[in-house]
Amino acid sequence: MFPERFNAIRGLDPGVLCSLLARSSRMKSDPGSFSTILKGKTVLQFFVENSTRTRLSFESATRRLGGMSLAFSPSSSSLSKGETLADTVNVIRQYGVDGIVVRHRSMGAPDFLADATGLPVINAGDGAHEHPTQALLDAFTLGECWGVDFSKAGAFRNRKIMILGDLRHSRVARSNIHLLTALGAELHLCAPATLGIPDLGLFPRVHVHSFPDEGIPEMDAVMTLRLQTERQNQGVIPSLPEYREFWGLTVERAKRMKTDSVILHPGPVNRGVEIDSEVADSGRSLILKQVENGIFARMAVLASVVGRMDS
Amino acid sequence: MIRIENGFVVDPSQGVEGDFDLLIEAGRIKALDRPGSFAGLTVSESFDARGKVIVPGLIDVHVHLREPGFEHKETVASGSRAAILGGFTSIAPMANTSPVNDHPLITEAILHKARAAGQARVFPIGAVTKGQKGVELAEIGLMARAGIRAISDDGMPVMNSALMRRAMEYARMFDLPVISHAEDSNLSGGAPMTEGAVSSLLGVSGNPNASEEIMVAREIALCRLTGARVHIAHLSTREGLEIVKRAKEAGLPVTAEVTPHHLLLDEGSWLTGRHSCAHHQVRADYKMAPPLRSEQDREALLHALNSGLIDMVASDHAPHGCVDKETEIEIAANGILGLQTTVPLLLGLVNAKRMKLSRMVESLATAPAKLLGLQGLGTLKIGSHADLAVLDLNESWTLMPGDLVSKSGNTPFAGRTFQGKVLRTMVEGEWK
Repeated sequence: MFPERFNAIRGLDPGVLCSLLARSSRMKSDPGSFSTILKGKTVLQFFVENSTRTRLSFESATRRLGGMSLAFSPSSSSLSKGETLADTVNVIRQYGVDGIVVRHRSMGAPDFLADATGLPVINAGDGAHEHPTQALLDAFTLGECWGVDFSKAGAFRNRKIMILGDLRHSRVARSNIHLLTALGAELHLCAPATLGIPDLGLFPRVHVHSFPDEGIPEMDAVMTLRLQTERQNQGVIPSLPEYREFWGLTVERAKRMKTDSVILHPGPVNRGVEIDSEVADSGRSLILKQVENGIFARMAVLASVVGRMDS
Repeated sequence: MIRIENGFVVDPSQGVEGDFDLLIEAGRIKALDRPGSFAGLTVSESFDARGKVIVPGLIDVHVHLREPGFEHKETVASGSRAAILGGFTSIAPMANTSPVNDHPLITEAILHKARAAGQARVFPIGAVTKGQKGVELAEIGLMARAGIRAISDDGMPVMNSALMRRAMEYARMFDLPVISHAEDSNLSGGAPMTEGAVSSLLGVSGNPNASEEIMVAREIALCRLTGARVHIAHLSTREGLEIVKRAKEAGLPVTAEVTPHHLLLDEGSWLTGRHSCAHHQVRADYKMAPPLRSEQDREALLHALNSGLIDMVASDHAPHGCVDKETEIEIAANGILGLQTTVPLLLGLVNAKRMKLSRMVESLATAPAKLLGLQGLGTLKIGSHADLAVLDLNESWTLMPGDLVSKSGNTPFAGRTFQGKVLRTMVEGEWK
């Protein structure tokens, strides 16, 4: 049986990950066959941190599987001592839900909820820790683009992928490092030193660059990350124009990429900062495909974790 | 008159380690001699300590008793009772109460509560600055007269070096040690974990070792400048150790402590800890300041404690309620209980032959007494106060949450099985 929580890519068996990816693909090709998997079930969309896109994606996925969606988004997204997670757990219990999708700004909150409620939990992003459904949809999108067969081990073998940008604060990056390497990709990480991951000792083996230019011509895919514009005030980057000059996916840099290489971005995009508009809208951009596929990847996860669908 | 017979007495203050009998009268150690020496005397009580270890009453130079202000977490009475059950007969509470112990009236109130409780002796630590705000000196002299034995702003490190210099100059006149929680709070950013492989993996902000290194170096520079006695609280890094080593080689009046948890746990605990009170452990029970460091740091600390580079062990007993701990890692309170687990944890090291019993006693009695200037405590010399603890090195037992007499239960060691136990504790000639 599939685990009752999907809170992190790290620690999951590659076989489980591949079956989720294969299932995402079936959800897309034959959506009608899965429309009653969550019939009679209610999924709580518990978003303590604002994220309209991810929440809509999960709500849509829940409905397409025949389930009901309840949204609980506390107005204050700031950490406060007012209501503790333990209080929240007691509140959630009263709703009589069958599963929880949680977005929280604190690492570990999804596991906390799963331990305390005993309900199936899906992590929709916890702090800078993991965002496992995002990684799943990214890998699904790349696999679809490359026409790979996820039922075979090492689906991404010989593929070179760069993750570029604010790695330190990125849950998308952490989940993708684990997933893409599990699929056999050669992973390249690139960030300014102030936004890099301080110690990669416990991660799978990756290549590290300070600047993207040396690696970019060899990549089959470049995933550029959103730069939180407040980082400038935190003293980690001097200015947004300087960031764009050295780490932005500019038109000039995109020209140096292989002709068939592709670009991903988890959204929302800061046009003219981490990626130029022309690049984001170009033929090699998979950005809108990611949004579309997100629904199918989340359907696959909801069906497995909350719907207890057999593999 | 009480006679304690056939015990194995360990008292590094007088180089004693062997089978001895003790005679106690009027709250003092009356005699210490070979077994059987006092056989003919008429005593009111004779305690057979065969197979047991007798040590001077232990002294914890770093605890938090939370009173006044946070009585839901701990009180002077509950904390000093926990001390007794842990083998400690003297404890020094930090000043971060509410109001802060920055005024002689607060010091007197704490001492009054301690006398009323009648458990362990309490030697308060006064604040360095008013309200621990790092702006103006607290009334250090008046507090000294009221009974404080050291000054510290502990978890609110004095970042202003000029002010810390004045505090040291001032404290020196009263022969008070200045205890430093060495953390550059700008550099640490209040991060819940040490910066390293684990915090990187989990995406949690990290407090680098350098934040301790910088402040240890500053305190030692100020020690050199002022001649004050400086004590580094809960040393946690190899880098900090190196600086303390150089200071000691230069003959500066610097001492250092380490906590049991920094000797026994490291950042790896975060990957195994549980998340919620549904089990009796909370993951945030691994959150403390300084944070649990790397395995290499942990090994270096134990080595330094054994070599004497680190002078003493202190529990940093920090009670917090479930509501303070069972929450997001960023806002969860720092610290864990320590009074009832310190001795069992260290006896575990002794039993594993990773530490000598005499070194343990030195680090929990002899050195702390010297730091706080406690005459006739931390020793079993004839004429000193009859404070002692009876230990059993062999007994195996499991710490259950119900065993904790603190008002809080925040310890990652609940449920752990220990070999080595505190059996009885005596203060001023009375079993407590």
